[in-house]
Amino acid sequence: MSASLQKGINALKEVIDAPVASYFNSCVHCGLCAEACLFHLETGDPKYTPIHKLEPLRRVYEQEYTLLGRLKKMVGLSKAVTDDELEEWKELVYDSCTMCGRCSMVCPVGNDIVYMVRKLREGMAVSGHAPDGIKGATKRTVEIGGPMGLKWPAVANVIKKAEAATGETINVDKPGVDYLVLLSSMEIVNYPEYLEALVKIFKKAGITFTLASDAFEATNAGMQIGASDIAKVIVSRIINSAEKLGVKYVLSPECGHAYMAIRWEGPNLIGRPYKFEVRHVLEVLEELRQKGVLKMKDKFKEPLILHDPCQIVRRGGVLEAPEPLVQTVAENYIPIVDKQKWNWCCGGGGGASAIHTEEAEALRAKAFRIKKRQIEENGVNTMVTFCANCRIVIEEGFDHYEMNTQLLGLTELLAEHLED
Amino acid sequence: MNEMQFLTWVRGPGLDIAIGIFLLGVLWRLIEIYSLGRKVDVAPGRHRDGASGLHTVFRRSVPPPGMIKRSPVTYIGGYVFHIGLAIIVFLFEPHIILIRDLTGLSWPGLPSQVIDLVSVITLGAMLVVLADRIKNPVKRYLSTFADWFTWTLTFLPVLTGWMAVQHLLLPYTTMLALHILSVELLLIVLPFTKLFHAFTVFGSRWYLGKINGHRGVPV
Repeated sequence: MSASLQKGINALKEVIDAPVASYFNSCVHCGLCAEACLFHLETGDPKYTPIHKLEPLRRVYEQEYTLLGRLKKMVGLSKAVTDDELEEWKELVYDSCTMCGRCSMVCPVGNDIVYMVRKLREGMAVSGHAPDGIKGATKRTVEIGGPMGLKWPAVANVIKKAEAATGETINVDKPGVDYLVLLSSMEIVNYPEYLEALVKIFKKAGITFTLASDAFEATNAGMQIGASDIAKVIVSRIINSAEKLGVKYVLSPECGHAYMAIRWEGPNLIGRPYKFEVRHVLEVLEELRQKGVLKMKDKFKEPLILHDPCQIVRRGGVLEAPEPLVQTVAENYIPIVDKQKWNWCCGGGGGASAIHTEEAEALRAKAFRIKKRQIEENGVNTMVTFCANCRIVIEEGFDHYEMNTQLLGLTELLAEHLED
Repeated sequence: MNEMQFLTWVRGPGLDIAIGIFLLGVLWRLIEIYSLGRKVDVAPGRHRDGASGLHTVFRRSVPPPGMIKRSPVTYIGGYVFHIGLAIIVFLFEPHIILIRDLTGLSWPGLPSQVIDLVSVITLGAMLVVLADRIKNPVKRYLSTFADWFTWTLTFLPVLTGWMAVQHLLLPYTTMLALHILSVELLLIVLPFTKLFHAFTVFGSRWYLGKINGHRGVPV
């Protein structure tokens, strides 16, 4: 056995807990999870059945933590997990799983399948079986500061532009303010309007905030690849900066997995609760709306549907904020059938959008057909969402299918129609 | 061994052995699984967790929106044979008498004709879910020897019990002995196969509900 494989198996042994054991013992192979997985539904290939994606983890569990499994292993009756197998599983654990968690919503015996995928990734990452695309993003985040290799000057540039556009001064590294605002690389590069939107809204609400030159990146490739030690290093930058500045809140940007990393995984990675509170930008906006601060001067007229990003809504628990916010700004909001915690993933979450092999991109395009149908069935030309990664993936999907649909970011849409 | 001796054995020592293995097996497996424990989630919850675990234990008994349409055979077949098994096991008079003799507890049962009907329906539903396991690409893909084996072990007690009552194929005594033997095999195998979901389903749903409830998502 190679040293890296041994490390991988040890990592799996470490993450197996009572829920995992209970889940594997409960599975009756009913196959219903496949009916909740967009990769299975859009390809029809049974290998994309969510519980099947966990086979290596299941066998390590059986062979290490059950009496019968240990006996079978002793007499040579069990099949050991190999490097070849994990390499084969790479596609199942990363390319075709966005950790959207829809499978966990339908399992009749109550298996939290996505909880186990997250754990299996720990073993995949350590044993060297993560896809190159995510490896690269992780390496750049650790060495340079963000998954796209952006440094502070790029952020400073966005700040300068936002200052010019709004006529406001944006604080940097200022202690004692209400919020430390985080960005995701994709917002810095592709959606710089997000910061402008925030400046406008926060000014109106009288909220003070700062950016931090040593902690501007909210995303966490360490969590996506499944390496807790790396995820901890990355999230600690934010925690240290926020606690040093003494802010009350850290504002997670629209980006889905960033919220998951800071809000839910972070405290567990460092082993203690924070000295500040983490809030998602939509939670703050919804609170402002309820207080009557978020008043619109006019409304967006075209009919539109909403795409609920998995990590913020279904997995992150920001369930109630998005819809009222959309209704505030849109005159013709059409609620879709599978909305809120039942929404379908864009197909590129969980790090999948960073995988640029031909196969992975083709698979993503296939999976996107589910979003395409939602748009077509509702007869709209506009979709709104609130995750920078979803936006990239959805726009790629639009391009691929040559769709004439526009995609809007919710925070920017609100800012655009905000009363002056 | 003649058929009377066979029946005597399965009713006496056979049953004792099976129940012994079943009880020890269940206890061992429960300890093996749940003593692994889990780390406390130190991220402050969205709301108080409350009874999110218990809610999910019940909520997951009901199909999620749109799912019956996607997989009608799994849901309807599954409901019918699970409820059927429960009725047969717990509401057939001779079974209640056995349970009373073993534990002292008893309750009223259903008329034999009703149990007959339920048995036929249950056998039918089990055959339908078996056919679906063979036909449905996902189920066939997931299936291993254990799936076919546990299906057989669940089917046989219902079949032999019904045949014994109907006096079909073999003399009553022999069929009854075979029925009891098949139940004993089922009891012995249950803790060590997927049939153990009968116990772990509650723990699994509870964990699922707790883990997601902590983040504010009712699942």
